[in-house]
Amino acid sequence: MTLDVTPVEPRGFLRDPKRLAVRVVITLAVGALLLALPHIYPRFRVEGQFNVIITYAIAALGLNLLTGYNGQISVGHGAFFGVGAYTTAILVGDHGWPHFATLAVAAALTFVLGVLVGLPALRIQGLYLALVTLALAAAFPLVVTRFSSVTGGTQGMRVSRFRAPDWTGLKDYQWKYYVLLAVAVVAFVLVRNLVKSRVGRAIIATRDNETAAQVLGVDLSRYKVLTFGISATLAGVAGALSVFNEPFVNAEKYNINLSITLLVAVVVGGAATIFGPAWGAFFVVMIPTWLPNRYPQLSPVLFGGSLIVLMILAPGGFLGLVRQASGWVRRRSGRRSSAGPSPGEGHDALASA
Amino acid sequence: MSHLLEARALTGGYGPVQVLRGLDFHVDAGEVVVILGANGAGKTTTLRALSGMIPARGEVVFDGRSIIGRRPEAIVRFGIAHVPQGRGTIADLTVEENLRVGAIIRRDREVGADIDRWYEMFPRLAERRDQAAGSMSGGEQQMLAIARALMCRPRLLLLDEPSLGLAPLVTREVFERLAHVNRELGTTVLVVEQNANLALEIADRGYVLEAGLIAASGRADELASDESVRKAYLGY
Repeated sequence: MTLDVTPVEPRGFLRDPKRLAVRVVITLAVGALLLALPHIYPRFRVEGQFNVIITYAIAALGLNLLTGYNGQISVGHGAFFGVGAYTTAILVGDHGWPHFATLAVAAALTFVLGVLVGLPALRIQGLYLALVTLALAAAFPLVVTRFSSVTGGTQGMRVSRFRAPDWTGLKDYQWKYYVLLAVAVVAFVLVRNLVKSRVGRAIIATRDNETAAQVLGVDLSRYKVLTFGISATLAGVAGALSVFNEPFVNAEKYNINLSITLLVAVVVGGAATIFGPAWGAFFVVMIPTWLPNRYPQLSPVLFGGSLIVLMILAPGGFLGLVRQASGWVRRRSGRRSSAGPSPGEGHDALASA
Repeated sequence: MSHLLEARALTGGYGPVQVLRGLDFHVDAGEVVVILGANGAGKTTTLRALSGMIPARGEVVFDGRSIIGRRPEAIVRFGIAHVPQGRGTIADLTVEENLRVGAIIRRDREVGADIDRWYEMFPRLAERRDQAAGSMSGGEQQMLAIARALMCRPRLLLLDEPSLGLAPLVTREVFERLAHVNRELGTTVLVVEQNANLALEIADRGYVLEAGLIAASGRADELASDESVRKAYLGY
């Protein structure tokens, strides 16, 4: 899984069967581990940690598309997450919809909202865009409270549970995990293909060099707005799934903290990498649980401190660090082998020269 | 009226600042034309006005169609490619992906064949096809920028100071490739340069720009040998 993120063109790794084999083995091992998790760990870990990681990973995947690949910063994705969550909560809770059907509505609604935010974002950039999206994050709990007849306001609303069908033979928490994981896998594959496509190249070109992209015929506005829409959709789907996991919503669950947490996940995992958001989500959920909890007041400080240390040690995020390390190992082993470089290594040597 | 590109009374600038004060020039099909001038004369602004990057007024006719006031992505589709100043490398994409961005307006199946053709003409790019474009040298990035602009199969190639930041030998190589492209494909080239010497070597005609106005024009060899033009505008 970790090797998957190195930007290797098919041409490159087909030339190197050894590397391809390593990738296949790692992918299978990670896949098996992911499938086994809900049978190894107890319910409180699956519901309280793993499922939360998955929803954050999907939301951060969307935010990464916007901020990492397209260069538009958003400190407001918690609001899209919240819209998705409330869509599912209201449709399931008040209108008796089946859970799955609400995903489509949450996706469509957040796509439209994303486009609506993306349009004014065409005129603002950088810090100013951060401020505007921050306002979005700050406004969301207020809007929820304002319409408390529908949303339940600060009291919140409880929704019927998402139950495992009998034929699966799974416990509810295990079923939820597999459903969330399946959606996440689909989302990651779709985003990976998108990034490698014509549209993806246009999205990256827009970030790297607006002038060049424009004179080559990239319609900047169209791609920026489209990216905003797709990005918000992923956050919205993640929010909807979070209600599958925990059938309760209230105004304060989707506050500014959530938006900042998602941004932290993108940066810590490795911006503009495919699997960075997944790692980032893992860290933002797990780091607080690893910190000593004798003085609970101190844990935010420790969390912040560990983020600072991480960013100093690994400015490219976790996957940036992994990439550096694997490059280092490959160079070392290449130097040691006396048989001369394999075609793949020769290619790498050229690339790093 | 058989010019490929004809600009009349072209004005334009940035906000309230008017840089171009009424330019008249033309480029014929198959020509290499150079616009010379010092810093701030309006060379880059001229190209930006042509490719729709800045608001411009006056008349610009390309291949019989008025292109003034059109958006950049429309102008590319008419067949005008612009290699921006500083090469416009998309640093995080590979060389090959950069070339594919150059073909973004195309829907045909010959994109791969065109990429291979540019790899043949610029072998350095073929060697580095899977490498992040931002890690290449300035000269290689300039070659990439030219190849990438050619990916949209333009009839007119606009180049903004290709020699900027390049060593003299590399600059010479870039100009030789340009001349080659012009000869082999018949692509018309309009290049803006401070490096008058080299540019005039490969150009058919030239214009000298001073403070937003055309101060001199003529055949490249005439401009190069004209003592007064050389001293006053070309600085050597």
